[in-house]
Amino acid sequence: MSIHDLLNQNFVAWMDAEKGPASDIVISSRVRLARNLRLVPFPHLLDEKRGNQVVEEIRKAWKKSGYHELLAMDLVTFNELPLLDRKILMEKHLISPEHSEASASFKGIMVNKDGSLAFMINEEDHLRLQCFLPGLQLMECYNRLQGVDDELEKYLDYAFDEKRGYLTSCPTNVGTGMRASVMLHLPALAISGQLNRIFQNVNQLGMTVRGLYGENTDAVGNFYQLSNQITLGQTEEDIINNLTGITEQIVEQERLTRERLLKEMPYQIEDRIGRAYGILTNARVMTSNEAMLHLSDVRLGVDLGIIKGLKPFALNELIVALRPAHLQKKAGKEMEPFERDVKRAEVIKEKLARYQK
Amino acid sequence: MYCEECKVRPATVHLTQIINGQTMQTHLCEQCAAKKGASMFNLNIEPGFSIPNLLGTLFGNVYNMQEVSTPAVLSTTCPNCGMSFERIRQTGKLGCSECYSAFARELEPTLRRVHGNSQHIGKIPKRGGGKVMLKKKIEELKSRLQKAVAREEYEKAAEIRDEIKRLEKEME
Ligand SMILES: [Zn+2]
Ligand SMILES: [Zn+2]
Repeated sequence: MSIHDLLNQNFVAWMDAEKGPASDIVISSRVRLARNLRLVPFPHLLDEKRGNQVVEEIRKAWKKSGYHELLAMDLVTFNELPLLDRKILMEKHLISPEHSEASASFKGIMVNKDGSLAFMINEEDHLRLQCFLPGLQLMECYNRLQGVDDELEKYLDYAFDEKRGYLTSCPTNVGTGMRASVMLHLPALAISGQLNRIFQNVNQLGMTVRGLYGENTDAVGNFYQLSNQITLGQTEEDIINNLTGITEQIVEQERLTRERLLKEMPYQIEDRIGRAYGILTNARVMTSNEAMLHLSDVRLGVDLGIIKGLKPFALNELIVALRPAHLQKKAGKEMEPFERDVKRAEVIKEKLARYQK
Repeated sequence: MYCEECKVRPATVHLTQIINGQTMQTHLCEQCAAKKGASMFNLNIEPGFSIPNLLGTLFGNVYNMQEVSTPAVLSTTCPNCGMSFERIRQTGKLGCSECYSAFARELEPTLRRVHGNSQHIGKIPKRGGGKVMLKKKIEELKSRLQKAVAREEYEKAAEIRDEIKRLEKEME
């Protein structure tokens, strides 16, 4: 079963930096399409029995279709998946934190082997199709989902209205039902204090900026998620092209600022990066937040050529490998926060040492 | 930049409020945004994810504004799922696909506020949307027909009229 490969390794498709354009700054791209079944109450109103009927409808559609992308997926309901494994999926960004909390038999996921496709079943909508790819590849994500969506639509009676488009449980998603987002690493813009101005402009263009992990976590490590806010009254292509265009501009700004910083304050930048690397490779106890802060600097050091021999893939892998569920899965046991902090320091040292000359 | 409220955590939520035509920007961390959320609308964050109540607030505000101009009748419930608009306002979530038509009038201002628009122009499903696509085509032909008649291009108009008739038959 492909989901077990995914659960037992750190790797997930969006980490594969070498395959993604602009992946020094754009970590990953995601497109999500919300789809619901006509007349069936939305998931927040479903009980076990009706919820299971939705799962069965989706399962039937999946079995009937011979589409290659669907054939390569697993369907797992959350009564069959322990909490730790659901948290692993969450830390890989494949499902939302809320969805990972659910253990009901009518909540679940369809996922392929490399995690490039992950569909949430009975999360906020009956079906949320998601595609994740490394770097800036929003249109590629959308095109892959289009294929799957066209196929599923042959067997599922989607809730669609001529005026309102795809009908969703929350009216903020109605219309295209599409949310496209990119995960950005913007250390230079943060250091130079330009983020605020850029985010204001971005907001005025109907886009939203959030921290990396959403609720209860701060935007640590200068990672930001940029996504479209408007889903109604624009075509999917327009939304993707707008977001791609804005992302390209931000990438350009980040690159220019990096060059400027390196030229104007080379000692300070090298000092900062060297210290971060020193701490990561010598610390014995490391919290998640502290690790992310230093990893951001190390990452910048790799991009600027100050730190050599470290692969961007290893850095992407660390973002996920240092999170609580991944640490506990690796250790093969539950751990208290302090134990995790010790284990985290070990994992970092091990990973970074492996790439040292 | 740091959160304007607690000045400790980085600001990740950036709110734009338009009050009496004046645009105001507020920059907050997620925790402070959640606390402040109750008094805000026109939110530039993804609702329903970390702060579910905000959308309820959003409906609330729209509803209040609407009430001032045209008092809405809110006694109805969705014939398919039984959801009332009051409940939708509280939860920020609709009950089923039919809620959209049952509360079309109540939803209109909310959709306009959130999306700046209320008419879908994106993808149409081929199966469920077959009729929708035909209807769109017919509407387009009808406007072309009008133009042709106005320009006194009667031969062309006749052609378009035949095409409309053919499509209308297909619809049945
Ligand atoms: Zn705050
Ligand atoms: Zn309903």
